[in-house]
Amino acid sequence: MSSFRDAVLAVAWLTAAGLATAQSNKFPGVGREATPKEVAKWDIDVRPDFKGLPAGSGSVAKGQDVWEAKCAHCHGVFGESNEVFSPLIGGTTAEDIKTGRVANLQRADYPGRTTLMKVPTVSTLWDYINRAMPWTNPKTLTTEEVYAVTAFMLNLANIVPDNYVLSDKNMAEVQARMPNRHGMTTAHAMWPGQEFGGARRVDTSNRICMKDCKAEPKVASLLPDYARNAHGNLQEQSRTVGPQRGVDTTQPEPKAGQPLSAASAAPVAAAKPEKNESKAAIALLNKYSCTACHGVDKKVVGPGFHEIAKKQAGKVAYLTEKIKLGGVGVYGPIPMPAQSLPDSDAKLIAEWISKGASK
Amino acid sequence: MKEISMHSGRVQKAPENFLTPSGVKQVFAEGKKGRRDFIRHAFAAAAAGAAAPMAMAQGNPVPTEGGDPNILNLPEHATGLGQGVAADGYGKPSKYEANLQRRQSPGLTQTTQASVSFAPLQSLFGIVTPSGLHFERHHQGWWDIDPSKHRFMINGMVKKNMVFTMDEIMRLPSVSRFHFIECGANTATEWGNVAVPTVQYTHGMISCSEFTGVPLITLLEMAGADLKNGKFVLAEGGDGSSMTRTIPMGLITSGEVIVAYGQNGEMLRPENGYPLRLVVPGVQGVSWIKYLRRIEVGDKPYAAKDEAIHYIDLMPNGLQRQYTNIQEVKSVVTTPSGGQVLLDKGFYNITGLAWSGRGKIKRVDVSTDGGRNWRPARLETPVLSKALSRFNLDWVWDGKPAIIQSRAQDDTGHVQPTYQQLRAVRGTRSIYHNNAIQSWLVQENGEVKNVQLS
Repeated sequence: MSSFRDAVLAVAWLTAAGLATAQSNKFPGVGREATPKEVAKWDIDVRPDFKGLPAGSGSVAKGQDVWEAKCAHCHGVFGESNEVFSPLIGGTTAEDIKTGRVANLQRADYPGRTTLMKVPTVSTLWDYINRAMPWTNPKTLTTEEVYAVTAFMLNLANIVPDNYVLSDKNMAEVQARMPNRHGMTTAHAMWPGQEFGGARRVDTSNRICMKDCKAEPKVASLLPDYARNAHGNLQEQSRTVGPQRGVDTTQPEPKAGQPLSAASAAPVAAAKPEKNESKAAIALLNKYSCTACHGVDKKVVGPGFHEIAKKQAGKVAYLTEKIKLGGVGVYGPIPMPAQSLPDSDAKLIAEWISKGASK
Repeated sequence: MKEISMHSGRVQKAPENFLTPSGVKQVFAEGKKGRRDFIRHAFAAAAAGAAAPMAMAQGNPVPTEGGDPNILNLPEHATGLGQGVAADGYGKPSKYEANLQRRQSPGLTQTTQASVSFAPLQSLFGIVTPSGLHFERHHQGWWDIDPSKHRFMINGMVKKNMVFTMDEIMRLPSVSRFHFIECGANTATEWGNVAVPTVQYTHGMISCSEFTGVPLITLLEMAGADLKNGKFVLAEGGDGSSMTRTIPMGLITSGEVIVAYGQNGEMLRPENGYPLRLVVPGVQGVSWIKYLRRIEVGDKPYAAKDEAIHYIDLMPNGLQRQYTNIQEVKSVVTTPSGGQVLLDKGFYNITGLAWSGRGKIKRVDVSTDGGRNWRPARLETPVLSKALSRFNLDWVWDGKPAIIQSRAQDDTGHVQPTYQQLRAVRGTRSIYHNNAIQSWLVQENGEVKNVQLS
């Protein structure tokens, strides 16, 4: 770079800096300086170079306790569960830890991608848990608990030993053992700008051809007949007026020449009448995130409300207590944690379930 | 709903047994009340259909009685008094439009709080998505946040860490711009094969709105950001998931990135980030941080959870592409499209949407023979940068099988790829950024199906 260009750039930068000062005068009375306390409370992100990582530590053993109390009901005892979210642990090998590339990611026949297979940076794991976990109560873990849970997950993936204590001092050591640390690339054209180097050419170069073009000749994939109604009746998902209707997928497809039922006026799906008490209970289910683990008519992590209603019809006091204290063993091995909500709300939900949990 | 099937704009030619059970019930109920002509016309219409056993509705012929009862018998709304003003302080769509809903794709997710709902593209016009039908993507549920308590912070490589209230942000000079937002995973289910039936589920994770807000660069300048050394900007949400993403500096300094509070003339909807969200034109939706609470200027990228665990594109060699941001040139025909049935042979307006995260749409071509021959479609105005564009093309359907495709080109010259071309580079496991040409098979019976060719 010539010294002339340097000088020009320096002037440009001074001008920009000067502008910035001028700008702040441009909008008097708008915005104020943030206090150090405010910045500290919100500035929680942790970068791959560990900028932002708070001092502290947590052991694998402590992590296991936290995991079983706060994480296992969604992610499974070993982080292997596929019930609610994709599995966290599995698919990585000792060889991957050496090479820094997860070999299973190259196999098209490998059935899934766990978090530990994908993640290249241990900072990301720490930051994810710290900002967004547990799923229904994010940002409630202590710094020690975040270190501990991270350590426990790394232990499940055989990256650190059973007696490991993870801390801000040894995170870099762990980074050097992350199974997919060399598994990423920024050699693509899909970041605007050159900050990552990137490729300048896009991946594909289709051309505009208008006549007698080379086309893919045959239909290679379409939905099987048994999936015809898998997304609900499509007739009820389209406007009832216009050049076309939605197809009535509750009926098998007619042969050519037979009338299509959608050619008759498509009905608008009738709105289901809502009962007031159900509405109040369902609002509470959402408020207290009950629906994160319980569906109304299907099992998610815990049993569906209909299933509970069948088993515990009329038992308002029992259900109220179960909601407040939690429990395990009645519907399976995954424990329900105790819930903190006012007695009156717990009772309202219990009454709704005891009467059949109707929508 | 019974009255709806009787109020269709078209004279129904269906045989009697095509009256829905509720329709039949209404016919008899009305009959008891003495409205005999109602019965007579309803069944006359049905009987007229019996003479024509073929499937399709037949245009708009004069019924046997010498006229359409919808014309001959003046309806209640022509002979009575309508409803008063402000009957509904916030108006809603007609009850006849109740089928247009954003919908979940069954089995895609186990919870509703970490899930998506798809916009009903098959029934939308123009380029603006009604705010209530805007697609949703939540990672840990949505909130309706009190704007008087919402704060926006700028920190990092700035002269002065700053805090703004909503009042203050809304006092600043604003811009209003139309932009599409598309989830990086839009059309993800179709990488390997056809998996869903309609355009709502194949392409419905896209919406387009007019957004109003303050260019982020204005706020960064107020804080005295070091734009020379601060090459990377982190945006962070204020909700439970506190989404974070590294935002491209080039789009910020160009003035395109907006700290937005307005959407289609009103405030953002809660599901879309009320009261404040980032608008990052051309970039996948996950970067458009909702409930925006903080912007940090830094000198290195952040490898956030949605940049190092999710929203990474697996390539055939096992490497994952990181920081893939741009939604590349793409288009889809929304009518005719999968799950629809055309009522008859004859004239149709093929219509659809095209967009590019790199700029404006330059042209769209449409094929009705599976890509052998193409005709240029009409691009309707406005054609805006990084916004949806609407295209139309006249088409007379001869009743024979047809395969409809659209192919867009943006103003950088990039042409939308075929599945073959895209898979040759990216394989079938990359989840994100599927912008391949979509095919719809129109069958002889009028039913339209989602298909892929090879």
